[in-house]
Amino acid sequence: MPQASAARGKAVIERAGCGACHIVPGIRWPQGRSGPALTGFGDQGLIAGRLSNRPDLLAAFVRDAPAVLPGTTMPAMPVSEAEARDIAAYLYTAETR
Amino acid sequence: MLNAAAIPVLDPAGPYAGSIAKLSWILIAMAIAVLGIVIAALWIALFGKEGLKARLGGTSAIWIGGIAFPVVVLSLLLVYGLSLTRNLTAPVPADAMRVRITGEMWWWRVAYLDRHGRPVMLDANELHIPAGRPVVLELESNDVIHSFWVPRLSGKLDMVPGRRNILPIQADGPGVFAGQCAEYCGGPHALMGFVVVAHEPTAFEALMAARRARRDRAASPGSMLFRSSGCAACHRIAGTDANGTAGPDLSHAGSRRSIGAGILPNNRGTMTGWIGDSQSIKPGNRMPPYKMLSAAELEMLAVYVEAQK
Repeated sequence: MPQASAARGKAVIERAGCGACHIVPGIRWPQGRSGPALTGFGDQGLIAGRLSNRPDLLAAFVRDAPAVLPGTTMPAMPVSEAEARDIAAYLYTAETR
Repeated sequence: MLNAAAIPVLDPAGPYAGSIAKLSWILIAMAIAVLGIVIAALWIALFGKEGLKARLGGTSAIWIGGIAFPVVVLSLLLVYGLSLTRNLTAPVPADAMRVRITGEMWWWRVAYLDRHGRPVMLDANELHIPAGRPVVLELESNDVIHSFWVPRLSGKLDMVPGRRNILPIQADGPGVFAGQCAEYCGGPHALMGFVVVAHEPTAFEALMAARRARRDRAASPGSMLFRSSGCAACHRIAGTDANGTAGPDLSHAGSRRSIGAGILPNNRGTMTGWIGDSQSIKPGNRMPPYKMLSAAELEMLAVYVEAQK
């Protein structure tokens, strides 16, 4: 993903509050349990158990999950397309801590 | 907002915080000057010429440096400091807007008062004020001692059970200002934040008028689920039969900048996660997890709360 920045992605994750539902590596608080933990996402088989784990699909899912996967609990989030790519870059590169 | 560690404490946005910040800088400068004098004296005592050492250890040096200097400087500083921060304790204009804020474990009850001190609008965890005018806060507590602190707008003042403490705040311009409970109050005390939103006076009046005008809260699938899930036992939504007072008033929850008392941004995702399992976000808070709700129900509740502007 050209121009995607994991560092920016982390800031967006904190601003959008992804931790309210997800344990995200490198985010100390919050560590919500409503959604799945996102540790080791590079090794994840499928996104939400349905989509193949491709960067473009992950970015699309992060931004507007119901549009990609109708019926999913995860709502559309207030992030831009570029920010969604940054989040995906962070999830793929963040180490489990 | 959202990060207590990042609230600037010496960046005043109004006259009350301004006098405190000015006094803080003067105290910091004085402390540095006195430390410099002490270090110089220590240097002379260790490495200075014999003549200087003798004068430093003499009676007149003790009288001047040890008694006269502190008495004069500290007395002047006390008088100056008290006059500088006099605006914090001065009587506020009788026609100033008044709001009662009550500390709860671990959130803030907000009641806008009329000129007779009667609550006319209830809210929680967020306060809207007109910019450029003093606003009087009546600080109370329903349980333990909390401390109300919005560093950019005013000083820090304890909320003591059984007492009413008065704190004036003012923002010189529109903006969003973060606050934080500043007295350890148990459990998730560190996650007890607050948000003040200052508006241009005309915009503020429009906001309040719009809120007062909202009474079209007809029953909907969301409101029925809100009631059948038990939410209404603790939460109030004005104009509906949801009348619980144990938890934050949700009449305007959809327009809030934050959820969970100033700690997370307010969006569909955080709202869904909070309703489903707030204990994993703010451990120990008094809202139980609602893991029995389905995804569709969680979404319906989040949409319903979001609609309460």
